[in-house]
Amino acid sequence: MGDKRQRTYYLMLIPILILFFCFNTLPLLRGFFYSFTNFRGFGGYDMVGLRNYIDLFQDARVGNSYLFTFKLALVSTLAVNVISLAMALALNSKIKFKSALRGLYFIPNILGSLVVGYIFNYFFTYIVPFLTNTTSILADAKWAWVAIVIVCAWQSIAMNTIIYISGLQTVPEDVYEAGSLDGATGWNQFRYLTFPLIMPFFTINMVLCMKNFMMVFDQIMALTNGGPAQSTESISFLIYNNGMAGGQFGFQSANAVIFFILIVTISVLQTRFLSSREEQL
Amino acid sequence: MPENVKERYNWPVTILLILGLITVLFPLYMTIVIAFKQPSEMTNSIQGILSLPAHWSLENFRQAMEVTDFWHSLGNSFLITAVTMVLTILIHSVAGYAVGRMKDSNKFFNLAYYYITSGMFVPFAILMMPLVKQTAQMHIDNLVGVILCYLVFYMPMNVMLYSGYLKNIPVALEEAARVDGASTWTTFWQVIFPLMKPMHATVAVLTALGTWNDVMTPLVIMSGGGMNTLPLAQLTFQTQFGTNYNLAFASYLLALLPILIFYLFAQKQIINGVVNGAVK
Repeated sequence: MGDKRQRTYYLMLIPILILFFCFNTLPLLRGFFYSFTNFRGFGGYDMVGLRNYIDLFQDARVGNSYLFTFKLALVSTLAVNVISLAMALALNSKIKFKSALRGLYFIPNILGSLVVGYIFNYFFTYIVPFLTNTTSILADAKWAWVAIVIVCAWQSIAMNTIIYISGLQTVPEDVYEAGSLDGATGWNQFRYLTFPLIMPFFTINMVLCMKNFMMVFDQIMALTNGGPAQSTESISFLIYNNGMAGGQFGFQSANAVIFFILIVTISVLQTRFLSSREEQL
Repeated sequence: MPENVKERYNWPVTILLILGLITVLFPLYMTIVIAFKQPSEMTNSIQGILSLPAHWSLENFRQAMEVTDFWHSLGNSFLITAVTMVLTILIHSVAGYAVGRMKDSNKFFNLAYYYITSGMFVPFAILMMPLVKQTAQMHIDNLVGVILCYLVFYMPMNVMLYSGYLKNIPVALEEAARVDGASTWTTFWQVIFPLMKPMHATVAVLTALGTWNDVMTPLVIMSGGGMNTLPLAQLTFQTQFGTNYNLAFASYLLALLPILIFYLFAQKQIINGVVNGAVK
């Protein structure tokens, strides 16, 4: 009986494991393999050993895409979390039209980021220059990244705010009452009571934001296409652009392997941090 | 008494929040007015762009639908999202159940759990190029390939969600069914699967939002096949719109409309789903 039951569990899981292997592990292994070749995406190829990896670290364009992606991810993550926290506190306070306001502020999160990017592309190209009497920020190699931060933030703030709100709702009312007896109100209340209590939600949001922004792609496609002067090429965009169409299949595979290692490192560090926090609570 | 209630509202914050809505609603307002206008109305000034259209004509939408082959793209998007959602719920709940019930007592299932959930760390960028080759070799560089990819991409998160939720369902319930002679399969479909309903809702929302709005997977897998999804159609036809922004915005609005309508009716479920997925 027990044996038969166990066999059923194996029968449930093994086909699913095979599917997972075919579309996750197998392409991952093939990616590793291609990173040691000079494959252009078509035709034949030779093994080139570590040459792609050596070239990668000397390639200015690749280096710039890492710098750009890090800058974008860090600035967006910080901006989004600060604004989302403020928004969550406001939307969780005793306001009128609470559910309507929450519902409306959540809208950006459900919209497709490519179309949102196109709409903001027009906004930055035509509306903003009219108002400020300047040229478009998207055409400025120095500042185009700020536009991408704004669009990324516009969509993510909705999501992070909702998560913070659900965090704030886990804080019982009597904690504030007890705190106010000790003089904890306003900023002190937030600093010493609210924020420590919603710390797990803060960590979730940081992890989510950082990971999503590191993989930014749609917004780049819609806003700048990597330009001007390759100043806004994210890592994913460069791998897609040069690997798929640019004949650098092997070289960009090596880039993808490095990117993969980076994402794993960041995720593992953040998850460690997260679980150590949870143990404290 | 009613006066008391009124006084308790924090009006300054309420007003600030209402004013702040402009950041959310302005881009949508801009999209709507431009979508309804004719290019001749877009004089070179901010008023020309942002004023209400002289006539509310649907002509732009008709043309945009033609250029982007709207109904086909919409149909493909619907098909991909619906099939992915149904298969996701069926397959991932089974996987989550098997893993969740066995991983504490059996090494193989424990390993399988970590194997699948570690897939969360694999960025699409590294799978992208090999997947294009692989799906082409298997002749599934079409809707089928895209759906299979989604089934695998969402598996780590969903298996984690389902097996985590299983902790709330007492084993005693299953054992009662087994005593009555039900097999493990029957027990799963008749006892466990219905009890997982709240998690099905979360998984459905997360999967549907993700697949409906995704660009990258269909872009690389179905490229050159002449097949489009709704977001992909915006990308593919971007060049054909040229400088006719009115047509382009009509098309953007059409692309945003289905999800906005859906949100109007299932707002609570969507927000709950998104929060559950992130927090659990």
